Amino acid sequence: MTTEVTGAGSERSPHPGPSGQAPDQRSRGGRRGDAEQVRRTRELSTGFIVSRIAVLGIVAALLIYALPPLIQTEAWTALGVVGVVTALVAYLYLTPRHIPAKYLVPGTIFLFAFAIVPIVLTFVTAFTNFGDGHRGTKDEAIRAIETSSVTQVPGSPEYYLTIAERDGELVFLLVDPDTKAVQAGTADGLSPVDGAEVSLTGKVLSAGGYTVIPTAQAAERDAEIAAFSVPTAGGAVKATGLSRAFEGKADKSYDAACDCVTSPSGGRWVADEVEGYFVDAEGKHLDQGWKVDVGFANFTKALTDPTISGHFLNVLIWNFVFALSAVATTFALGMIVALALHSPRVRGTKFYRIILILPYAMPGFAMLLIWRDMFNTDFGLISKLFGVHDWLGTPTTARLGLIVINLWMGFPYMFLVITGALQAVPRELTDAARIDGASAWAGFRRVTLPLVLVALTPLLISSFGFNFNNFNNIKLVTNGGPYAIDNSTVGATDLLISYTYRVAGFDSGVADFGFAAAISVFIFAIVATVSTVAFWRSRAQEEVYS
Amino acid sequence: MRIRTAGVIAAAGLLMLGVAACGGTNEPAATPSKDKGNGKLVLWTDPTRAPVLKPFAEAFGKENGVTVEVKEISENQQQTFITASQQGSGPDIMVGAHDWIGNMVQNGAIDPVQLTAEQKAAFHPNAIKAVTFNGQIYGAPYAMENVALIRNTDLVPAAPATIEDLIKTGKELKAAKKVQEILCVPFGAAGDVYHTYPLFSAAGGSLFGTTASGDPDPSKVTVNTPESIAALEKMKALGEKGEGAIKTSIGNENGIPTFVQKKCAFLISGPWSMNDVKKAGFGYDISAVPGFAAGGQAKPFLGVQAFYVASKGKSKVLAQEFVANYVTNKDVAMALYKADPRPAALTAAADAVKSLDPNAEKFVLAGANGIPMPAIPAMGAIWGPMANAEVAVVKGGDAKTAAEAATKAITAEINK
Repeated sequence: MTTEVTGAGSERSPHPGPSGQAPDQRSRGGRRGDAEQVRRTRELSTGFIVSRIAVLGIVAALLIYALPPLIQTEAWTALGVVGVVTALVAYLYLTPRHIPAKYLVPGTIFLFAFAIVPIVLTFVTAFTNFGDGHRGTKDEAIRAIETSSVTQVPGSPEYYLTIAERDGELVFLLVDPDTKAVQAGTADGLSPVDGAEVSLTGKVLSAGGYTVIPTAQAAERDAEIAAFSVPTAGGAVKATGLSRAFEGKADKSYDAACDCVTSPSGGRWVADEVEGYFVDAEGKHLDQGWKVDVGFANFTKALTDPTISGHFLNVLIWNFVFALSAVATTFALGMIVALALHSPRVRGTKFYRIILILPYAMPGFAMLLIWRDMFNTDFGLISKLFGVHDWLGTPTTARLGLIVINLWMGFPYMFLVITGALQAVPRELTDAARIDGASAWAGFRRVTLPLVLVALTPLLISSFGFNFNNFNNIKLVTNGGPYAIDNSTVGATDLLISYTYRVAGFDSGVADFGFAAAISVFIFAIVATVSTVAFWRSRAQEEVYS
Repeated sequence: MRIRTAGVIAAAGLLMLGVAACGGTNEPAATPSKDKGNGKLVLWTDPTRAPVLKPFAEAFGKENGVTVEVKEISENQQQTFITASQQGSGPDIMVGAHDWIGNMVQNGAIDPVQLTAEQKAAFHPNAIKAVTFNGQIYGAPYAMENVALIRNTDLVPAAPATIEDLIKTGKELKAAKKVQEILCVPFGAAGDVYHTYPLFSAAGGSLFGTTASGDPDPSKVTVNTPESIAALEKMKALGEKGEGAIKTSIGNENGIPTFVQKKCAFLISGPWSMNDVKKAGFGYDISAVPGFAAGGQAKPFLGVQAFYVASKGKSKVLAQEFVANYVTNKDVAMALYKADPRPAALTAAADAVKSLDPNAEKFVLAGANGIPMPAIPAMGAIWGPMANAEVAVVKGGDAKTAAEAATKAITAEINK
């Protein structure tokens, strides 16, 4: 396993079996003699059958689980895709062929489902105005506008309602609370009902020619009742629940001829397909909007809007400083501690290791909040130790504080991986260096560190990527602050990701997902570039040292 | 072999991609066909209210012969509800604060609720005002809350008549080493517009102008009016470079504990602090946050908890029945109060429980001058810039600069 850490050992070893198999199978290969023969018997073993049945059972269960909602929403294409993928997986694990695919396909499916698809969706969202007020389609916006404009017709009675039926057709039996007069409301309008028996609470108990529907059965016909309306001179009678009804009138209605929403009281809002709103002559829009494609508007806004682009560079610089110092400090401390505990002269290493891993094992959110409180000006531990100072309210100390907190949270991880990597460095190399007269420092600098780095560079790169987007630390400790008096948009400790979070309106509860997606694309581009360059350089390094 | 494998992987990948893409495009078109009533009512609420509401919801279910499911949403309830509603997996009824209304309406997530004149009259007028948005009532209120001044009566027997009195008493107690802080008002490093609003409004400050119908008007931001700047000046005088009554080191996380530990004699907080305060083991009383000696009254923000009917619910008529006709019932409101003692929005219920819990009544009295927290979506643009301006002046910054900067940021955000 230790050779796996360096990444070099497995590359060089000869491959007796088909490529892509796990190492343990390869080592077993030596014992198996006639590989074909053994494999056939192995595949028919109980373990084989049970595991195949389990895998296929899970796949089939997922398919059955996905069927009803897909059929209900009539998503036929998606249904077809799910079916084909399921069939493919079933085929793959039932046939003895395609052995590499058996190992690769599950991971690939997850890669697509949880990495590629979100990335693609983020890109797609970046070209829309998707966000609060622009979540649905235009039809949904129109429906919402019309529904929310329904008001009670002035002076109309607030009826008691009984749901009834005649000849299979839904009927509203309406009782006027003042006069106790009973009327029947059908799709054709209102008509008086004579001789109905009405309870004290206004429920119609029986009426000639009508069958009263019990509440439980009425509840079953919810959608039908919700859609039912009785036309009247002033508007229409609609149900308010199962026991009351009111005569209402929609103040706003959509007119397809002018593609606008009009109101009898004189309002007129024309559809603006660029903004995704109905806008009146003064430029004021109705609350409910819809999702439209905005092209590159979100991207150009990030680059040209002065309230956003004006701070972009400063945030970016601090973002790099934070991510690089986070990696450098945790790596340095992790290395020192790992080297100290690697020495054979240290006693009680297990005890020390457990203690050192504690910060890593504790829930990060809670630890960050505790650290924030430790930096409290008047009540915090740091103020008690080093004197009262507005630690998180001063840019320099707030930044230093964040790096310290991150160091505490992050070094145990580095300590763990460096300990692993150190154990893979062959003793004979360090011994040889010492015999050749190298000092302890030179031995470390020229032998141990390069070998450790070969193994750890990918981890350092991913650590950089993680800290570049270390949202939790910033959000929970300083929330980007301190802010300058004239600038509430960006604080001294904002990373691009926490800044995006605020600019996109998540903090204020009015989210602009389209814009947030555009900034995420920028962040993705930056991290991808840095990682690619770093990986490219580390590969060159690997060739030198291995 | 290798080529074939690559082909298989590519095919599987494309298929997965197809699933996601098609799932996205097919959803909206399919929405109308799934409004099938199923005799089942789903209600979403936060974890503290879920156990309280469950018995009431079940009683309603029994009464109407339907099944009712109460589901708790652990966090971010508003966004969760709006997102789920949009994709057709939301509830029939949502429970939440009234200041969500603006955002829920602009997303077409909730429907108006038609209350009769009689039903409306039964509620506290402020509660009805709070759930009214664009002239429509969007929810049935059931509890009201606002901040008040809570004081340790062992240290301060009589309620201060003005903020100046409060500061004077606080300073005397501090000088006598009886407390460490003059006043505990949650503010924190990020500022807190909500808790300090009584002080800001008492000093004459305001956030929005009002429309003809009395609603807050987002096109008239009043943060940089002379009155509001003067109010920020007063907050500066109370701040860290002045009296030291408002401090960034006291926030939501330590405001109530500091009061409970007798480190300050005054606390500005709401009914949610009562559980801790009752356990503190000293005498306490609740009164309205006073005004300044020269100036107006303190106007705390009123928050109202309400039931909403989801636009895209599957059992809308049932939901209407529950919201408009069931929870507006006095007996239900009283039972709700007993399970979750927050000042009731239904006047009859509030009167009935007055004798049971004097604190609830005191909070209602303290909120008599209060104004419902604006529910307009533009309110989202206010919190950040305004909190920043308050932090700046509390730390000794110039009030005018802070007000101008906040106004600029707010209007830019509103016109976005």
